[in-house]
Amino acid sequence: MEALLFLIPIALGLGLLGLVAFLWSLKTGQYDDLDGAAERILFEDDNEEAPEEPKEK
Amino acid sequence: MAQALADHYVRPHGEDEAELDLIVDGMHCAGCMNKIEKGLGALDGITYVRANLSTKRVAVRWQRRAHIPPITEKLSELGFEAVPYDPQIMGALDEEQGRDLLRATGVAGFAAANVMLLSVSVWSGLVSDMEVETRALFHWISALIALPAVAYAGQPFFKSAFKALRAGHTNMDVPISLAVILSAGMSLVQTITHAEHAYFDASVSLLFFLLIGRYLDVKARSKACSVAQNLLALRAVAANVIMPDGTISAVPVDRLDPGMKISVASGMRLPADGVVLEGVSDIDKSLVTGETVPETAAPGTKVFAGTMNLGAALTVRVTARNDETLLAEIVRLMEAAEQGRAGYVRLADRVSRYYAPAVHALAAATLLLWLALGAGWQTGLINAVAVLIITCPCALALAVPIVQVVATGRLLQRGILVKSSDGLEKLADIDTVFFDKTGTLTEGKPELCNREEILDADLSLAGALAARSKHPLSEAMTRAAAGMPLAEISDLQEHPGLGLSATWRGQEIRLGKKAFALEGLAEAENAQPAHSTNASEFWLSGHGAPCRFLFTDRLRPDAEAIVHALQARGLPVKLLSGDREEIVAATAKRLAITDWQGECTPQQKIAALKAAEADGKRVLMIGDGLNDAPCLKAAYVSMSPASAADISQTAADFIFQGQKLAPVLEAVRIARISRRLVLQNFGLSFAYNAVAIPLAVMGFVTPLIAAVAMSASSLSVIGNALRLNLTRFQER
Repeated sequence: MEALLFLIPIALGLGLLGLVAFLWSLKTGQYDDLDGAAERILFEDDNEEAPEEPKEK
Repeated sequence: MAQALADHYVRPHGEDEAELDLIVDGMHCAGCMNKIEKGLGALDGITYVRANLSTKRVAVRWQRRAHIPPITEKLSELGFEAVPYDPQIMGALDEEQGRDLLRATGVAGFAAANVMLLSVSVWSGLVSDMEVETRALFHWISALIALPAVAYAGQPFFKSAFKALRAGHTNMDVPISLAVILSAGMSLVQTITHAEHAYFDASVSLLFFLLIGRYLDVKARSKACSVAQNLLALRAVAANVIMPDGTISAVPVDRLDPGMKISVASGMRLPADGVVLEGVSDIDKSLVTGETVPETAAPGTKVFAGTMNLGAALTVRVTARNDETLLAEIVRLMEAAEQGRAGYVRLADRVSRYYAPAVHALAAATLLLWLALGAGWQTGLINAVAVLIITCPCALALAVPIVQVVATGRLLQRGILVKSSDGLEKLADIDTVFFDKTGTLTEGKPELCNREEILDADLSLAGALAARSKHPLSEAMTRAAAGMPLAEISDLQEHPGLGLSATWRGQEIRLGKKAFALEGLAEAENAQPAHSTNASEFWLSGHGAPCRFLFTDRLRPDAEAIVHALQARGLPVKLLSGDREEIVAATAKRLAITDWQGECTPQQKIAALKAAEADGKRVLMIGDGLNDAPCLKAAYVSMSPASAADISQTAADFIFQGQKLAPVLEAVRIARISRRLVLQNFGLSFAYNAVAIPLAVMGFVTPLIAAVAMSASSLSVIGNALRLNLTRFQER
C-alpha cells in the first residue's frame, strides 16, 4: 500500500504535465492553422529561393 | 496602400509595431504560403509574417516608426490578390469561443482520464480486498480532481442552462447541468460519509464527451463562416472618394457619408446609392433588380449600391442612407422579415422541452416511491439522483451536433457553405422551392442566341468592335466570335450608353443600340424585328445591310435537370423574378415551371412568400439579387450562389459555389439524410434510457453501470452519425 503514496502523485503529475503542455500549445496558437502546419515541415529554413517552382495543387 | 484604408484596419501591436490581417485569394498550397512569407519578409521594416493556410489569411507586422510597407503591391507582384480584414468585426467571436471550448475540453479530458484511473481501481477493489480507508482515499483524490474540473469545464453548459431558466424555459443544457452538478455533489456527500459509490467519473466523462461535440459544432460552423467572410471581403472594400481638393483617396465603404463625391471606374460596383454628377454609362442592375438589360445612366440619374458600371467612369454624389433609397428600403424589409422568423425552435430543444420535465418528474417519483416503500430518505434521495444521472441526455445532446458536423464537412467539400446553425434541420423540412431567375437559374451573363441568322463576316466585324468593351453584350459578342479571325478596324470609339464606332475599309461602322447604329439610315424605319423579341439586342451598321444580334441570359448548365429533379422529389418549383414578364415566361416555359411571376418588386416577392407560408408551406428560397435579400431572410430557409450580392449572402443560410445548380439538390439530399440520422440517434438514446431508467429507479445502478451505459450510448450515436460519410456523392 505504501507504493500508492508515490504512484498516485506520479500518475497525477504526468497527467498534469500533459494538460499543461496542451494548454501551452493552445495558447501559442498551434491549433489555429492545422492545414498549414502539415505543410510547413517541408519548408527549407534558409532564405534562399526554392530551386523548383512550387507545384499547384 | 492608401492612408484612409490603413487607418481603418491597422492595429498597434506592442510598443512600436503595427499589425494588419489580410485575406489572400488564391493561397492554396505550401508553395504559395512559402512564397508569400518570404516575399513579404524581404520587405523593409517587416518584422513578422505568418500565413494561415486554413483560413487563407496572412498576419503582417512592421515597425510603426517606418512608413507602411507596400504590402498589397508586393503581393500582387507575387500574383496574389489581397484585401485587408478586420478581425474585430468578423467572426473573431467564434474563434475565441472555439479556443475556450478546446481549453475546457482539455481540462475535462485530463480529469476524466485520472478519475477513471482511480475509479477502475475502486471498482475492481469492490470485488477483491480493497480496504475502506484506501477506497476513501481514492474518493477524496477523485473529488479533488473532479470538483475544480467540473466547476471550470462545465461553465458553457451552466451558463446556457441558467440563461434558459431565467428566460422561463428549459433547454438541453438544463438536465445536463443538473446531472453533472448533482452527481458531483452527491459523490462529495458519499465521500464524506465513506459510502461505497461515488460518481465523479460519470460527472467528468459526461462533460468531456459533450464538450467534444460542442467544440466540433462550433469549429465546423466557424470554418464555413470564415470561407463566406473571405468571399465577401474580397469584394469592394474601398470606394474612390474625390476630395474637395480634387485628389482621390480610397475610403472603406462603411465610412462613406452623404454628399461625398465618388468616382466609379468601368467594371466597378457602385459602393453606395447616389446620383450621377458626370459621365454617361450603362449600369448593370441584374444583381439589384434581376433585370438583365443594362440601363443608361446620365447626369441626374439615381443609381443604386450593388449595380455595376459597365461603360465610362462616372462621378457619383452619395445620397443619404436614410433617404428613400432602394438599399434603405431593402434593409427595412429585411429587418421586418427577420422578426417574423425568430420563432423557430431547434429540434433538440423541442425534444428537451418534453424530456427535461419528464426526467425531473421521474426522479421525484422515484424518491416518493422509495419513501412510500419505507426506505430512509437517504436511500430514496440517492436513487432519485441516480435516475437524474443516468438520464443525463449525453447521447441526446450529441445526437444533433455530431450529425451536423459530419454533414457540414461533407457539404463544404461540395462547395456548399452552411452558415446558420439551424439551416440543415430546416432544409430537410422544405416542401416548396422558390427560385429567382437572373443570376440564380441563369448565369446572369447574356449569350448570343441568333448565331445561325448571322453571316460569319458580320460576326467577325462585330467581334472586332466589341473586343475591348466591358459591356456585357460586347463580352458576349467576344465570346461568340472567339476563334474567328477578327476584321481589322481603326479609330475605335466607345459612345457611353449608345454603342461603339470604328472605321473599317474607309467607312464608319457602328455597333450598339438600334437608335445609335441605324441613325439616319433609311433601313431604320423598315427594319422592324421579324418577331416579338424577349432578348436584348445589338445592331451593326455601315458595312452593308444592317444586322441584328440577339442575346438572352444563359441558363446554368444543369438548371433544367435540377428543376426536374426537385419536382420529381415532390418539391413544387416557383419562379419569382424582377425581370420583364415575357423573359420570365420564356424561361419558365423552357424549364417546365408552370408557376411563375415576373416584374416582382421586393415587396411582391415577400408577399408571394407570405402567401405560400399562410398555406402552411415551408419554402426554400434561392436567390442572388439585392431584391431577393428580404425574401432570403423571410423564407423558412434560404440559399444563394457565391456570385450573389453581399447583402444576400449575408441573409442566406447556405451559399453554394460554382457554375452549376447541383449543390442545391445535394444540400437537400444531405439535409434529409442528416435528419434521418438525427432521428435514429434520438431513437438510440431513448432505447438506452428505456433500459437504464428502470434499473435506476430500482436502485441497481452502480457507478460502473452508469459509466459503461453512458459511454456506450455516446459512442453508438457518434458511430451512427459517421455513417453519413459512407453515402456517396451524387454526381450530376
